[in-house]
Amino acid sequence: MANAIEARRLDVGYSGRQPVVKVLSGLDLSVEAGSFLSILGPSGCGKSTFLRVVADLLDPLGGSISVLGDTPHAVRSRRDVGFVFQDSTLLPWRTVRDNVRLPLDVGQGRLTRTIDDRTDELLDLMGLAGFGERLPHQLSGGQRQRVAIARSLLGQPRLLLMDEPFGALDEITRDRLNDELLSLWRRTGATILFVTHSIAEAAYLGERVIVLAANPGRLARDLDMRPFKQAGNRCSREDPAIVAAMAELRGALEQAS
Amino acid sequence: MRQAPLPSALAVALPVFGAASILLAWQFLLPWLGVPAYIVPTPTAISGVFRKSLALLLSNLWPTLIEALAGFVIGNFAGVLLAVLFVHSRILQAAYFPIVLFFNTIPILALSPIIILIFGLGMTPKIVIAAVICFFPTLVNMIRGLDSASDNEHELFRVLSATRWEIFWSLRLPRALPMLFSSLRIASATAVIGAIVGEWIGSDKGLGALIIQATFNYQSDRLYAAIVLSSSLSIAMFAIVVLLERRAIRY
Repeated sequence: MANAIEARRLDVGYSGRQPVVKVLSGLDLSVEAGSFLSILGPSGCGKSTFLRVVADLLDPLGGSISVLGDTPHAVRSRRDVGFVFQDSTLLPWRTVRDNVRLPLDVGQGRLTRTIDDRTDELLDLMGLAGFGERLPHQLSGGQRQRVAIARSLLGQPRLLLMDEPFGALDEITRDRLNDELLSLWRRTGATILFVTHSIAEAAYLGERVIVLAANPGRLARDLDMRPFKQAGNRCSREDPAIVAAMAELRGALEQAS
Repeated sequence: MRQAPLPSALAVALPVFGAASILLAWQFLLPWLGVPAYIVPTPTAISGVFRKSLALLLSNLWPTLIEALAGFVIGNFAGVLLAVLFVHSRILQAAYFPIVLFFNTIPILALSPIIILIFGLGMTPKIVIAAVICFFPTLVNMIRGLDSASDNEHELFRVLSATRWEIFWSLRLPRALPMLFSSLRIASATAVIGAIVGEWIGSDKGLGALIIQATFNYQSDRLYAAIVLSSSLSIAMFAIVVLLERRAIRY
């Protein structure tokens, strides 16, 4: 299968400063199209920064990156990429429905393809039917994150970037949303890059987990999770194989920190 | 520990009781203590002015009302406009914001004679003074408000390829509204102050002029009535701002 992301000797940093501070240094990474990649790493290892390069929010200093066989900019202009932030980033003055349809209200003039209004379908899909007219402050943390995911899916992106989306939620809600995300992934066939601080979450969700080390950010461990799981990236959280994989990831993370 | 909120009946009754007790003390205690009426007239004497000289009071309210309202609209509009320019051009902001800052340090009382020198004795200088007094808090609040969207919010709009205009209209402006309204609340009172100060310095009509004339003629009941009226004007403008705010900001 073709690769959704190809990064070669990728350097990312802040060139405004002297000397240049490198957040990522010489990163080589290929991500298979349609796969679910979890990214773990200590603070400052460049996990979020990498997502921002893929989303065309940040230009790399050096090296090359191709996303869905194109430049990050072209992919963003096609709205082929969805981004979910740690805080849901819902606009508090817009109703749930209007938050989900934000991608229809802005940026249309610059889009290189047309996108359909799938607001109702997505509200249904994310279990938000009946909440459309509520304002974000009337929702729970989990519901807000569901709205953010619905919004990111409106343009039917082939690539979904998630920056610790469930980091601020309680464990029960987080587990439930993990399962919903997996079924969403199976249904849409999108490639997902999922940044998290939680080893358990990374192992449960990812077909593959990479661990980044900090100062400067680089690849420290690349673990294929498929041997630890059943077909279709299915597993139970208590599965001894998954627990063993988590122990291995913990070791890698401790070394990387 | 925070105290529990009062039952709603008490929450209404207590301020009414507070105001009534002060008015009663004012009406009966002050004359009994020998405070002369030319210094503090009683509430009934002041309300008597409203009955006897209502036409005079209203004819002086109108100019002040127009000056305060016009100054409020012009000053706040200018503040918002300049804030929009400043947040979209850091060069403009770096060049001119310090000058605006310096301008704001000039006391309005010192500035007023210059404004009257420039604009003469009509309503215009009073409107300008009211506008100047409203302008600065709105400018500063609006700059902060327009810049208050989070990094993530800006990134979200960037991912969606939003234009500068869309970012302004759908993100910066709604984000700025709470701060804009808090400065409009302040401006609803200061606009009236500006108009009255202008009338003190050079006018024969308006509440400010009435205050000065009543003071020099020892018509303290009329003076107090003019004060009640100017305060009512501020309260009315404040109430309108609050109503607009409730309609504009629902979250």
